[in-house]
Amino acid sequence: MPDYSWPPPENRNLIGKRISRVDSPVKVSGRAKYTYDYNPSGMLYGKILRSPHAKAKIVTIDTSSAEKMPGVKAVQIAQKVGSTVQWAGDEVVGVAAVDEVTAEDAIRAIKVTYQPLPHLVSDAEPPAGAAETPGPLSVDDLEDMLDNQVRPREMAEQIQQYGITFKADDKTLEGLKSDGATDDVLAALRTAPVHENAESKPKSNYSKAAAQTQGEPDKAFSDAEIISEGIYGAPVITHCCLESHGATPEWTDDDHLMVHISTQNVSGIAGQMADPIGIPAANIRVHQDHIGGGFGSKFGPDRWTIVAAQLSKKAGGKPVRVMLERNSELEVAGCRPSAYARVKVAAKKDGTITGWQSQSWGTGGPGGGGMPPIPYVFNIPNQRKEHTAIHNNIGPARAWRAPNHPQAAVITMGALEDTAAKLNMDPVDFFLKNIELTTKDRQNVYREELAIASDLMDWKNKWKPRGQNISGHIARGLGLSVHTWGGRGHASDCDLTLHPDGSVDIKMGTQDIGTGTRTTILIVAADTLGIPMDAINLFIGDTLYPPSGGSGGSTTPGGVSSSTRRAAVDARDALFEKVAPALNAQPADLESVNGTVRVKSDHSRSLSWKQACTKLGAMPLTVRGKNPDKSKPPDLTNSGVGGVGMAEVEVDTETGVVKVKKMVAVQDCGLIIDLKMAESSCYGAMVMGISYALFEEKVMDQTTGRMLNPNMEFYRLAGLNDIPDLVVHMMTGKGYDERGVIGLGEPPVISPGAAISNAVANATGVRVPFLPLTPDRVLAALGQKAGA
Amino acid sequence: MRAFEYTSPTTRDQAIGLLAPAWGQAEVLAGGTDLLALMKDDVVQPKRLVNIKEISDLHGIAVNAQGLRIGALTTLGDLADNVNVVKNYPALAEAVNEAASPQIRNMATLGGNLCQRPRCWYFRNGFGLLPKNESGKDLVAEGDNRYHAILGNDGPAKFISPSTIVPALIAYGATIRLVGPNGRRELPLEKFFVDPRTENDREHDLRSNEIVTDVVIPHAGTLKAAHYEIRQKEAFDWPLAVAAVGLKMNGSAVQSARVILGSVAPIPWRSPEAEQVLAGKTVSEAVAKSAADAALQNAKPLSHNAYKVQLARVAVRRAILKAAGGSA
Ligand SMILES: Cc1cc2nc3c(=O)[nH]c(=O)nc-3n(C[C@H](O)[C@H](O)[C@H](O)COP(=O)(O)OP(=O)(O)OC[C@H]3O[C@@H](n4cnc5c(N)ncnc54)[C@H](O)[C@@H]3O)c2cc1C
Repeated sequence: MPDYSWPPPENRNLIGKRISRVDSPVKVSGRAKYTYDYNPSGMLYGKILRSPHAKAKIVTIDTSSAEKMPGVKAVQIAQKVGSTVQWAGDEVVGVAAVDEVTAEDAIRAIKVTYQPLPHLVSDAEPPAGAAETPGPLSVDDLEDMLDNQVRPREMAEQIQQYGITFKADDKTLEGLKSDGATDDVLAALRTAPVHENAESKPKSNYSKAAAQTQGEPDKAFSDAEIISEGIYGAPVITHCCLESHGATPEWTDDDHLMVHISTQNVSGIAGQMADPIGIPAANIRVHQDHIGGGFGSKFGPDRWTIVAAQLSKKAGGKPVRVMLERNSELEVAGCRPSAYARVKVAAKKDGTITGWQSQSWGTGGPGGGGMPPIPYVFNIPNQRKEHTAIHNNIGPARAWRAPNHPQAAVITMGALEDTAAKLNMDPVDFFLKNIELTTKDRQNVYREELAIASDLMDWKNKWKPRGQNISGHIARGLGLSVHTWGGRGHASDCDLTLHPDGSVDIKMGTQDIGTGTRTTILIVAADTLGIPMDAINLFIGDTLYPPSGGSGGSTTPGGVSSSTRRAAVDARDALFEKVAPALNAQPADLESVNGTVRVKSDHSRSLSWKQACTKLGAMPLTVRGKNPDKSKPPDLTNSGVGGVGMAEVEVDTETGVVKVKKMVAVQDCGLIIDLKMAESSCYGAMVMGISYALFEEKVMDQTTGRMLNPNMEFYRLAGLNDIPDLVVHMMTGKGYDERGVIGLGEPPVISPGAAISNAVANATGVRVPFLPLTPDRVLAALGQKAGA
Repeated sequence: MRAFEYTSPTTRDQAIGLLAPAWGQAEVLAGGTDLLALMKDDVVQPKRLVNIKEISDLHGIAVNAQGLRIGALTTLGDLADNVNVVKNYPALAEAVNEAASPQIRNMATLGGNLCQRPRCWYFRNGFGLLPKNESGKDLVAEGDNRYHAILGNDGPAKFISPSTIVPALIAYGATIRLVGPNGRRELPLEKFFVDPRTENDREHDLRSNEIVTDVVIPHAGTLKAAHYEIRQKEAFDWPLAVAAVGLKMNGSAVQSARVILGSVAPIPWRSPEAEQVLAGKTVSEAVAKSAADAALQNAKPLSHNAYKVQLARVAVRRAILKAAGGSA
């Protein structure tokens, strides 16, 4: 049995060091090719006609004058007459033309009539009694859900929970399948309770899930020595990828499609395109070199890529580029669900938390969305929770880094900080007092991290009770939050080839979404083979290479590093087998270090890497690294991390303007492959955290149902001057390294919003309930204090 | 963007000849930082662009008997760096330096800054300058007006005048010069901004075949002026409230004052109420505060922007104190 385990610290030559990303030079010099840069001759420009209404039935579509326009090569209807569009900006018709201006003229020449229907784009607290339990689902309901891109898992849950009004026979299932129902949904339908004579009730925009309880919440609140009450939340924000969504599909022959696409999921795209395009997944090749941001929003081909492929087909296979305009990018291609809650916390005078009660609500677009994981991190013994999902017409939700966790942190950490303030306790002491409510394995992690973060923030010296650090109109404050995430590596097959001349290549159908995946793979392979990183050719970003999971949920570092380690160990051991006789040794006595294969006990018996590889014979050697199945315990990767975020702010109490002065992130992620990249991940997450804490919000107009700020002027992101001193500390060494590699894309982005919100409460003495912490909201909260 | 004809005259007369007697046909193109965005978003659809950058006598900054003459094509970057401006009109230099971003200031011209169109998000999303839906509902009054006017908003216009430089120019008493088919005209800068009453009106006293040629600022002398703005982000963000103040002093007392608010009304908002409070007084915290209160006493916030009244009040107070020599 080969020994795949990570090398002990003294044998790590590259792993855990500070190494710059291998793709930095091509990126900073502008040579990196993004999907948008793919610009073959003969390429056509695709444009999409989008619905101006948030909800409407399509009554007529007349494309005749567009089709007649010179330069227009293809027109493709995306949603046929009779369909109901469910959000403004939804795709209706696509056009491909020889240049952009012609494509836009053609779009304007298409005549569509709509029957506007009442829409809801608000996610305000549901009016009392608005929520009703939906009845069983009809075929029409399911088709609506498919149109609305409700996520398969959510659909399956609703099907199981509410049942269906029809018999799920093969014919019906086949029909739903062709409309896009996934296998999960079909499986749920097969076993769903059938209420054949039931009317499918008109669906309310609000669905309230049954209350969840744990322990004895009523008793906890009646016995409570203090009760803290508050309201907290975070709005819908968009992903705002700087490289918008899009693709350039082209038919290389009658039944083979090549797709250049901006994606987090190279290996997963073909399977999602096969059915709608009508060719086998095996006939679809997908390619991407670099991506300009995804954040969870780029896992599927999306309807515009399907339309682009259909346009390409109609245009004789020519490449058709559809990249979203900035406004569409913000309107339809990104949407982090909102979450708000009224919370009550029960505690004892000594700071022990005893009870939690919450009524939460939020929207994830047409699908509604679920309850965030509250109370977050702290498993409070007695709980009662109710959640109402709002189904509205703002566009479909997409996963956003650490789905639901930032929202859960804002709600929970806000409520706990308010409780600490009510008890006159320093929140660090309060969190430590209750640390045993966190998962057993992580209590020490949090203790260590809180101590380090406090030092880095100089918390003990700087922290003052609420509203007691005000000079003139400037209030200063500190805030804190803790978080957790899984992050076990995904399946990710790695082909590693040793050539007899000593060259090496690695092929993997993964993608580097700016997180340093290329660098991770090269570090692991080079460290294992004992050769420099630049001696290895790495090929990723193409379905020509072995499949690798989508880059979501912080699963990539664990996935690619463990399969690379396996492949490299196997290749190295195979090489040792061949080399051992020449060195008069057993394979197990050999090691490969600094480009030399040598006998461990006698370094004078050695061959250079190149010489050693000649022993392979005439043919190269390829091995495949494959990660153990999810059902087996992980070995080289792991799951479950803890982190702490702290923020220091200044608030102008006359204008409500909040400035972040300093942030601290202390984070564990198991064995660190590249310390520099790990720290960078945390810096980037804090920058994004400041943006969503202070600025970001998808503003919807209730009358027109349209997004009002689909631009980068009023959809604000933090600029350089808004970024303060950022301090990062990564946990390493004993207790951390031996856990194996764990991903880092999600954890550090979770706490910043909560920590900044808490710092503002500490500074001003009042809670600003909802992010973003804009001047109007801060002044409103201060006004309430003044009025009270 | 729609196809258009591009013309590039080299004289004022040629330019005027290429412009059209009614709006909707042709637009003047200066730095293009606003116009191109409006065209890409299909908010304006000119059939012809008249690039004026080749007209040499619209460039340049010069001192003459009247004061400082600034050509309409002067970029904001050049304006902020001009030694004369920095030395004699520091409040203007500061206002210009805080506007937009370095890249935009390098392209944007002063003429374009005065003639730029409102940033109202209904206007920019294609609902018109005085946005209404099919049933005649006032989209701003009934919608999300967090960034809209709190003063001068009883008419149909509820957007805010966008330039953050204009208040300082008015504080220094600037005039604007235009040329059109009937020759030249000159007017105080504050009179150039008007409150449109119908969708066919514009928010400037600018005819469709006129061009702005220059701005003249009288010698500042001992005028004490200041610009103060409140915005959420440190840079590259539209302010939520702007105030500019010019104080003509008589010893330690204010002889007469100009107080102009920006980003609060469809036009740059001059406040005679605040000016009256200041006249004859020595500036103190209390005087500044009562002038600021007076400036906002007639504010009528819309449904979502009451906070702007507070912000404008703070901006005026801080600008007055800054002009008088204390720091804000
Ligand atoms: C992201 C961003 C942030 C900004 N922030 C600020 C800010 O903080 N403060 C601020 O004041 N401004 C700000 N601006 C606006 C910017 O200052 C203006 O876009 C710029 O000044 C316009 O000048 P321009 O030469 O580019 O004009 P153009 O875009 O060429 O023209 C703008 C308009 O003026 C007309 N026009 C131009 N010159 C003349 C002339 N001589 N005679 C008649 N009509 C003319 C054009 O026809 C057009 O209608 C910002 C702009 C952007 C894009």
